[in-house]
Parts: sequence; C-alpha cells; structure tokens
Amino acid sequence: MTRINLTVDGQRVADDIEPRMLLVQYLRERLGKTGTVVGCDTSSCGACTVHLDGASVKSCNVLAVQADGATVTTIEGLAAEDGTLHPVQEAFHECHGLQCGFCTPGMIMQAVDLLKQNPDPSEEAVRLGLEGNLCRCTGYHNIVRAVQRAAGEMSGASTGPTTGAGEVVS
Amino acid sequence: MTATQDAPVAEIGRDRRRKEDQRLITGRTRWTDNITLPGMLHLAMVRSPFPHARISGIDTTAAKASTNVVAVLTGADLGEGQGACINAWPVVEDQVTPAHVPMPSDRVTFAGEIVAVVVARTAAEARDAAELVEVDYEELPAALDLKDAAENKVLAHPDLGTNVSAVWRFDSAEAGTGGDVEEAIAKARDGGIVIEREYRQQRLIPAFMEPRSVVVDPTGEQITVWSATQIPHILRFAIAASTGVSESKIRVIAPDVGGGFGGKLQQTPEEMIAFAVARRLGKPVKYTETRSESLLSAHHGRDQWQRLTLAADKDGNVTGLKVDLLADLGSYVAIVGGGVPVLGAFMFNAIYKFPAYQFQTTNVLTNKTWTDAYRGAGRPEATYAVERLMDELAAEVGVDPLEIRERNWIKHEEFPFTTVAGLEYDSGNYEAATARAKEMFGYDALRAEQAERRERGDRVQLGLGVSTFTEMCGLAPSRVLGSLNYGAGGWEHAEVRMLPTGKVEVVTGASAHGQGHETAFSQIVADRLGVPFEDVEILHGDTQISHKGLDTYGSRSLVVGGEALVKAVDKVIEKAKPVAAHLLEASVDDLEFGGGRFTVKGTDQGMAVTEIATAVFAAHNLPDGVEASLDSEATYDPVNFNYPHGTHLCAVEVDTETGQVKMRKYAACDDIGQIINPLIVAGQVHGGLVQGIAQALWEEAVYDENGTLVSGSFVDYLLPTAADTISFDLDHTTSPCTTNSLGAKGVGEAGTIASTPAVVNAVVDAIRHLGVNDIQMPCTPERVWRAINGGAK
Repeated sequence: MTRINLTVDGQRVADDIEPRMLLVQYLRERLGKTGTVVGCDTSSCGACTVHLDGASVKSCNVLAVQADGATVTTIEGLAAEDGTLHPVQEAFHECHGLQCGFCTPGMIMQAVDLLKQNPDPSEEAVRLGLEGNLCRCTGYHNIVRAVQRAAGEMSGASTGPTTGAGEVVS
Repeated sequence: MTATQDAPVAEIGRDRRRKEDQRLITGRTRWTDNITLPGMLHLAMVRSPFPHARISGIDTTAAKASTNVVAVLTGADLGEGQGACINAWPVVEDQVTPAHVPMPSDRVTFAGEIVAVVVARTAAEARDAAELVEVDYEELPAALDLKDAAENKVLAHPDLGTNVSAVWRFDSAEAGTGGDVEEAIAKARDGGIVIEREYRQQRLIPAFMEPRSVVVDPTGEQITVWSATQIPHILRFAIAASTGVSESKIRVIAPDVGGGFGGKLQQTPEEMIAFAVARRLGKPVKYTETRSESLLSAHHGRDQWQRLTLAADKDGNVTGLKVDLLADLGSYVAIVGGGVPVLGAFMFNAIYKFPAYQFQTTNVLTNKTWTDAYRGAGRPEATYAVERLMDELAAEVGVDPLEIRERNWIKHEEFPFTTVAGLEYDSGNYEAATARAKEMFGYDALRAEQAERRERGDRVQLGLGVSTFTEMCGLAPSRVLGSLNYGAGGWEHAEVRMLPTGKVEVVTGASAHGQGHETAFSQIVADRLGVPFEDVEILHGDTQISHKGLDTYGSRSLVVGGEALVKAVDKVIEKAKPVAAHLLEASVDDLEFGGGRFTVKGTDQGMAVTEIATAVFAAHNLPDGVEASLDSEATYDPVNFNYPHGTHLCAVEVDTETGQVKMRKYAACDDIGQIINPLIVAGQVHGGLVQGIAQALWEEAVYDENGTLVSGSFVDYLLPTAADTISFDLDHTTSPCTTNSLGAKGVGEAGTIASTPAVVNAVVDAIRHLGVNDIQMPCTPERVWRAINGGAK
C-alpha cells in the first residue's frame, strides 16, 4: 500500500492504495466520483478524461500514485460552487452535443483543455483536438458546434451557432 | 419568441433543449457500474480462447485459494439454475436452434464464451483469480467461413447435423403481390438488362460507449436486477421464463444506459450468470465487462453475403429483383438474430415499383460471436443492395443515378401504395425530398467539377453517391409480428398520473438510452394536456414503476410509445370532463377543452385540468359514481409500420494513387413526417449518418483463420473520431404519417440505413471510369487501390 495526498475537485483527500490502482479506479471506487467513467481498456476512448494539474489526461492511463501531490478536476468539479455551469457544459446542452451522455464527461473535459490552449479554434482544430475522445451517438456534428459556441461565449463574443434540424448547417 | 396566455407556443415542433442533459453534463449519473451495495461481490468471467472446443477439465483450486475469492463456479456447478438465453423469433417452424446455456459445461462454440465465473470481494481480485483458473480444452474443427459453413463443410454444432438454422423465403408470385421473377429475368436476358452482383455486408460491432454492466441484489422479497440494457421488460420476462422465478419476484431497472444501437437488445449470458450467482450466494453481485470483452462477446451485427439479380428493360425500368442471402448467425440464434435478415426482406424493393420480387435468406450457424440487431437490423443491408444496384443500372443505361431512380420510384400521387413485398406505404414525397437534397448539395456544380477533374486526369477524383432510402419502422403491428412467428407483440404502454399539486407524472414502457424521451414525451403531454413542459415528469426503465412495456428498438418509441401516451392523455381528459361539468355546474355537452382548460361554451367560466386533478384528489365534491382518480393508462398497437424516407447525397474525393477516400460533402433531406423536436431529430440523423459512413469506410470485425477476433479492441476496431468525419447539411420535407395521430415517423435508424450506400456509391462513382464497379466494404485505401489497379476487390 502506498499513501497518496491530493486535491480532487477542491477537496483535500488522502488514502492508502495499491500501487497498481489507476487514477480512474481511485476516483470512482474510493472517492465515489462516478461522474468519470471507463469506456475502454486501451486508452482509446477518452471517456475517463480529467484534468491533472490543469491539463487533460486519460485517467485510465495514469496510476493513482502518479497523482500524489497533484490537483485533479473531474466533471463533477467543473461547474462553479453555486452550480453555475461551465460555458462548455452549457454549450453541450444548448447545442445538443450529447445523447446517451457516456462520453460526455471526458468530451467536456477535453474540450475545456482544448479551448485553454486555443481559445478560437477552427472547425478543423476542434476536430483534431477531440480526436482522442470517442462518441458513438452524435456523429460529432453538434459536439463541434458546442465547442465553437463555448469558445464564443468564453471570449465574450455573442452566441455562436446552434443546431436545429430543418436549419441548414454547413 | 412571443407567447400570450391565450395562445401558448406549441410544444410540438419546438427545439426544446433536453431535460436529460443536466445530470449528464455534470457527472451526476446513474450508470449501472456506479452502483455499490453493502456486501456486494464482484464477478470476473473466464472465457474460451478457442472458437470450438470440448471442455475436458476445469481446475479452480488455485483461484479458489486466492485471498478474498468467495467462489469459483463452472457451468456444471450452476447447472439448470442458470436458465437459458432465449430465441424469441424462430423464423420458420422447423428452425434449428442450438440450446443456449449461459455457461456451458461441455463444449464452447465461439472464442469468448464463458466457462467459469470467479466471485471475489473486489473486481481486481476477481480478475486476478480468473487468470488462475485452468481449463483443459480439446480443440474441435471450427466453422468460420460463412459460405463454407452454409455447405456444412464443418459443423458448428455437430450434434445438430447441419449449420443451416433456417431458410426463409418470399416470392411475389406466390404471395399474389407481384409477378414471377424468373420470367422477368428470362425476358430481360433477351434485349433488356440483367445485373448480377454479390455484395458483402461485413460483420460489425455495435460498440455502444458504455460497456455492459449488471448488478443483481437477491436480498429482500424481490430480486432486483440493474442492467445496461435496452429491454428491461423483455429481460424480466426472459429471466422469469428461463429460470422459473416468478416475474413478480423480479424487478429489472435500466438506469442511465450509455447507448445501445441494438447491441443492448439482448438477454445476455452475463446477466443470467450474475442472476444465478447472486441467488446461489445470497449476496449482491456486480459484473462490468471490459471493452475487450464487450467487443468479443456482446452480439455483433450485419454479416451477410448478398447474391442479387436485377432485371430491367433497356430504358432502365426495373422488371424484377431476386435476392439470395447467406446470413451469419454466429454460434447461437440470438433473441431476434434469425429475424434480422427477414426484416430486410420487406425493404429490398425500397421506394420502387418493382413488378416481381423474390427473396430468400439462409441463416447459418458458425463458430463466431452471435449476431443480432444493429442499428437498422436488416434494412441497412437491403437498402445498401438495392441502392448499389440502382447505380449499376444507371451506369448500364447511361443516365444519371437520380434519373434512373425517378423512372422507378413511387410517384407522390400514387400514395398510399402497396409494394411488391406486401407493405402499404401510407405517405411519401420522393420528388420533393430529392429536389431539396440536390439544391443543398449543389448537385449540378459538383457533377461539373467531376467532369472537369476526369477531363484533366486529376490524381484526386471526385465521386457523387446517391441513396434514396426508405425503411419500415415503428416495430410493430402485433398481427404482422404474429404472422412472422415472432414470440411477442409490438404494442406499447403509457400511463398518465395527475398529481394533486398540478404536476403530471408519465410512465412509458419505452426505455430510453440516449434518445431524449424525457424531453420529447414531455412536449407531447404539454401540448395535448395543456400543461407546462416543465411540469411533466417522464418515468421509464424500471419494471416496478413501468409494469408494462416492450422497450426501445426499431425506431418505435415515439411512433408507438408516443401514440400510447396520446391515448392515455385523452383518457385523462375524458375522465376529467364530468368532474369539470359538475364543478362548473354545466352540462357535459356544453364544455370544450383547449389549452389545458375546460370552458363552458360562450362564457368565460372555466377550470384548468390541473385544478380538477386537485379537486379529484380531495374528492370532497365529485359527481355520484365517479372514481377519485384521473389517472389513465393506454396500450397502443400500431395498425401499420411507418415509412420515413429521404434523399442522401455524398461527395468523396478519392486519391487514385493511394486509394485514400476523403469525405467532401454530405447533404440529406429526410421525410419523417411530423417532427416533435427538431433538435433531437437532427442529433439522431447525425449519429446515424456516421455509423453508416463507418460501415462504408472503416469498421469491420475481423476473425483470423483460428477463429480469434483480431479487431478486439478500439485500437483495431476503427470507430470514427471527430477528425475522421465532417459536418452535414440537413433539411426535411414533411409528409405526415397517416396511421398515427402524431403524424410522426421513426428516425432512430434513418441515417444509418441511408448513408452506407451513398458513400460506397460515391467511391465507385469516383473511379468508375477506371473500370471499377464494386469495392467491398469497408472501402479501405488498400481495397480502393487494388480495385483501381485491377487486383482483388
């Protein structure tokens, strides 16, 4: 057993864990942070994406011991304390960027990181930036719209495009 | 947006943002794997690495001796208590159906079949111990190749004496719905056109994002099963029927379910083993599969060879179509596995007026993972075949692919139209959808660019693909299902409860897993009952709350479940009416209902239905003989399928030196009748399109010659990413369905059905001038390059 100390979603936590325990297992099984999910076993799908010291990581690909001393933010810690959604969360809702919602936590966390690095991404940049996160429901169309809308919101511009059917979106 | 009290904004047709989203975007979700119960034990499965082998011994000693391992159980240990996986659709009376024991004790029939289960205090310990279970196998010859298996070269189940599970046939001359196809073909060989092709529907994996998971709690009076399933009601029935435990002792809950696409339309061995282990040990158990286990053992989809003969006159008017399928069932006949190709039988004639038609499917057992429904289930296969053939016919006649379709399709004024397969299409407008799609796509300009690139021998050639699809959805009229020997009906159930606070609680038998029922169904109730959208709560996916239902698949939830809901709401209004009359001191005949209020005609006197609900709850002043409840339920059985259609146009760029295919543009105009929520509909189409495009270009479940699944992880099974796909241009035309009051048609499968042939037609179109008329799916760079260079397809 190895002792780790870290901060998760603003809460200081400490636990004795098996060295082989993955960060995602630690989050889900020890801390009950079940908002972060496991979608594969080859670090292909990105459903488990969280922020480790401010940068996105696939938490199935990080040992919990590697997070010792670090600050971790999960989907559950993204909204403000008063419940105000992060602009990316809001945009996913507004643009219908989710259906079953299983990939959504990872997709949102990755999108937040993407916008941090590139506040005004082109469609192509959004698509490349989300390449490590799989979604089976949306065909990515509205996810891309959501990220671009959030970029607009976060830069203070007026609202970006939304996507309804019937509306021709090119 | 303006709204006044007198004229509330109609909810139906409105882009409502989804009620479901809040919990999903904040991580406050209820996936099955999130559930932890006191004393819960964890399961790990030991799976066969061989496709066909006799189990000669299982040594569990080392595993059992491991710390925190509670039990290791084999098929022999569980015996008959484990029940069976049922086949609900024996497509012919004499179907050959291998007994499907969830965990066999004598023989395994596909790589991935479960031979032992380890029960431990943690999932990690269970998996560690599973590695210690030693199984002795005597390998047996395996039936792997579908064509060889159809000829019984090796038997998948030697005891059955054949691999052919069923041969199901339809002939329009015999059915009286059309002419004799052999005559049509013979005639076409003499001066007309005969096109003969063999197409491959590769094996696919539904690959829902949430791996399957099941929790079973046997403590208490009932056994509660949480499962990541599309079919809680059917699952409850199947567990009860195969174990002898009374249905009323089983509660099945499908909490948040992360996608299905048909892949969670199954009663699985894993669910049955978890159920058996929990009962045996008297403790709650959980099993969550790994992605590798999911790809290996959750049912696969498609996997057919299609032999096709299309007959036409010299102008391209089709005179007959003959279809001969081989369908790979895998090693068991799954819950509706044998019926998938049969569903396709009704769709090969698509939107066209074929005078003669014959269909035959030979359903074949092999030693591979079982196959069953995957988004579209039978209809994508049929649509692919006919839409590819129409392009081949156009090339033969020398006209544009849209022109050949128009010569053959059902004209708008010909609806309702009874097809050569015996279905009555109630509505449609292929002309309007095609005109709109062409406009969005810029069809003529792209054709001009294509000609220009060909002219100058550009290395990158442009191809345009057409798909004018239709489908039958809204499964299904119970009588039709009965005539096809399906084991259940196709109705759906709904209940509306009027709460004393004025809120409305709705229970549906449909079971959403991403479709947005909570939002769309709220819109229907809000409009029909005249209550605020926000005041409607939709409950589903728990057999204790929703005691009756047939679940979600086959684009049925809205058109069958939504219609049941309409009928239940109407009953509430009917029940409220005499109470309203009593309280308003008016005659029932003088009342009218609208905007959520009963009003006395010609006066301003009225009462809201929610006020009546409160009065009925108090029950202080009800008319004699009226019960103290407005709650109502309804079961709706559709009178017909419904037939969405659309014109999909795809442009691809093909690098003739590398074989690389790049998506350039995709435009689709779908007609799904009246739309309840355009936002949700667009999402369904987008996602469907990408799944269909993925079949055309990327995805394939590949087995090697040893029967091992090579594409057993997301590293090898190529789900498209955001970087692989493009944005889509969508619009719709509206030909309301005439057989339900909503005027709605299903949309869940439309995109997937339409897009696969549109893409492959585009790829072939790009390089047809180089002598190519087919490329087997998925159209990988290697296959495209070989086709261009005259090698094997």
